[in-house]
Amino acid sequence: MLEVSVTRPLPALTLEAHFSAGRGITALFGPSGAGKTSLVRMLAGLDTPAHGRIIVNDRPLFERAATGPATCNIPPQKRSIGYVFQENRLFPHYTVRGNLTYGRTSAAAAGKAPVTFDDTVSLLGLEALLDRKPATLSGGEQQRVAIGRALLSNPDLLIMDEPLSSLDLARRHEIMTLIERIRDQFDQTIIYISHSIEEVIRLADTLVLMDQGKVQAFGPATDILSRPALFPFTGGSDAGTVVEGIVTGHDPDHRLSRLDTPAGLLTLPLVPAEPGERLRIRIRARDIAISTRPVEQISILNRLRGIVSAVHPAGSGSVDVTIDTGVPLTARITRKSFDDLGLDVGTEVFALVKSVTADAYHRHSGE
Amino acid sequence: MLSPEEWEVISLSLRVATWNTLLSILPAIACAWLLSRRDFPGKAVFSTLVHLPLVVPPVVVGYFLLVLMGRNGLIGGWLFDTFGISLIFSWKGAVLATAVMSFPLVVRTIRLAFDGVDRKLESAALTLGAGPVRVFLTITLPLILPGILSGATLGFARALGEFGATITFVSNIPGETRTLPVAIYSLLQVPGGEDRVERLVILSLLLAFGTVALSEWLARLTRRQLDGGRHA
Repeated sequence: MLEVSVTRPLPALTLEAHFSAGRGITALFGPSGAGKTSLVRMLAGLDTPAHGRIIVNDRPLFERAATGPATCNIPPQKRSIGYVFQENRLFPHYTVRGNLTYGRTSAAAAGKAPVTFDDTVSLLGLEALLDRKPATLSGGEQQRVAIGRALLSNPDLLIMDEPLSSLDLARRHEIMTLIERIRDQFDQTIIYISHSIEEVIRLADTLVLMDQGKVQAFGPATDILSRPALFPFTGGSDAGTVVEGIVTGHDPDHRLSRLDTPAGLLTLPLVPAEPGERLRIRIRARDIAISTRPVEQISILNRLRGIVSAVHPAGSGSVDVTIDTGVPLTARITRKSFDDLGLDVGTEVFALVKSVTADAYHRHSGE
Repeated sequence: MLSPEEWEVISLSLRVATWNTLLSILPAIACAWLLSRRDFPGKAVFSTLVHLPLVVPPVVVGYFLLVLMGRNGLIGGWLFDTFGISLIFSWKGAVLATAVMSFPLVVRTIRLAFDGVDRKLESAALTLGAGPVRVFLTITLPLILPGILSGATLGFARALGEFGATITFVSNIPGETRTLPVAIYSLLQVPGGEDRVERLVILSLLLAFGTVALSEWLARLTRRQLDGGRHA
């Protein structure tokens, strides 16, 4: 459990963040320069807030009222916060083994049930690298060692600052899978910084949206991502509703999969997932058309009945229409269509989902 | 191969240079750390004082040592009265003179090494639970080791060549303060010493080459520690 309420003036803007986050992965999402790294540096104790408080698992790490001196400011080495930096920051003069065990002594002293060395090494696939020096490793290997090193210090909170930014696409998927396993296998609370919406959709349980040094919104990831009012932050023209569902089966002949979601049964391009697996998908608002009558004889497979629950102007002649289909599903249509169809809150409509694109993501969630 | 007189000169020079290096390395690391990592009032003055021997004529440094450390000097008088230690006309005084002269070079080299350490590695070590002392001993110090070694070598070589401050402070006493450069100078003052001068000059060059070679070898050794043998 993390509670943050901090203020710190930065050269270009004033960072002001108030949010709380529970177990699982909390994504700090926002554009470059939003203040994400500055925020987590304060959590780790590498920078000091002007005032505010930081509490991790009921343990205050920093407290300072708007006036007066700090009443609590634990130094970084006593905070028990693991930090995986954007650059891996491995110690060049230690072997992989030396890097991994660097934080062990202090964790053992704190008398916690430790994450074991062997488990970490096998989870991250580092067995063959233990005696090598960091300079001889590839980027992906270095990042795995950096993650292992932070994990093995048995942190109460594990911060990951864009750990994938220096990696190619294949490595990214590999590391994301590892991060999900770390969350589930070690029950590790993770703060994950990213400016990639794909990573957030795949990984985040809780989402903290940051822009211009301020937290714009925070809450359950699917909820925040699906809010039309936040679309400017969560993907612009690619924004849409994020829905979780369970794979019920495949139709290999037509290369399709079926997903049971609260909005109903959805058909999507074949995904490499077993029936029963939980998936999170994004349906882009611009990929949904609206009809006021049931439509037959149409190529679109996913037709969902619902009631218009909200309307948001979306700029440049379009509106975001949110339809309650069991989950609020948002469609972006032109204002002209909106007027011609005579839509309003309460109207019964059919959402025609043109595609549930390859934006389908695995969720190995422990739920 | 070496005449007793040459052997005396060489062994004295090596002794002075070795003690100079041993005694000044820790204070040099401390000064380099202060200059690289700390801000404090009077830092500019401190930095100037440390670097002063680089620009002041060695004879002037020797003169100040004489005034301060001589038996009637402010510190030298106290040392003699309290401990019976006299630096003047002693090889220990030669160590002091070379130490003062080489100190700025050693500090400068080690300071550059401190500046070159990626501070991000130190903050990473902090987040892993290491306190400042452990961070210094396990991260900073190993990473500046090549700088310390080259600083020490530079100081050693500078001590072997020190002339002005030494001869001014502790004079030119065979077997006590007549180091290699002082010996060469003395021989040049008497007619007919040319071939003995040549031998000492060659010895001096050999010592210098040996020192540089040793330092290169050590530097390569420590570098190999960092890159895991990738460029070995």
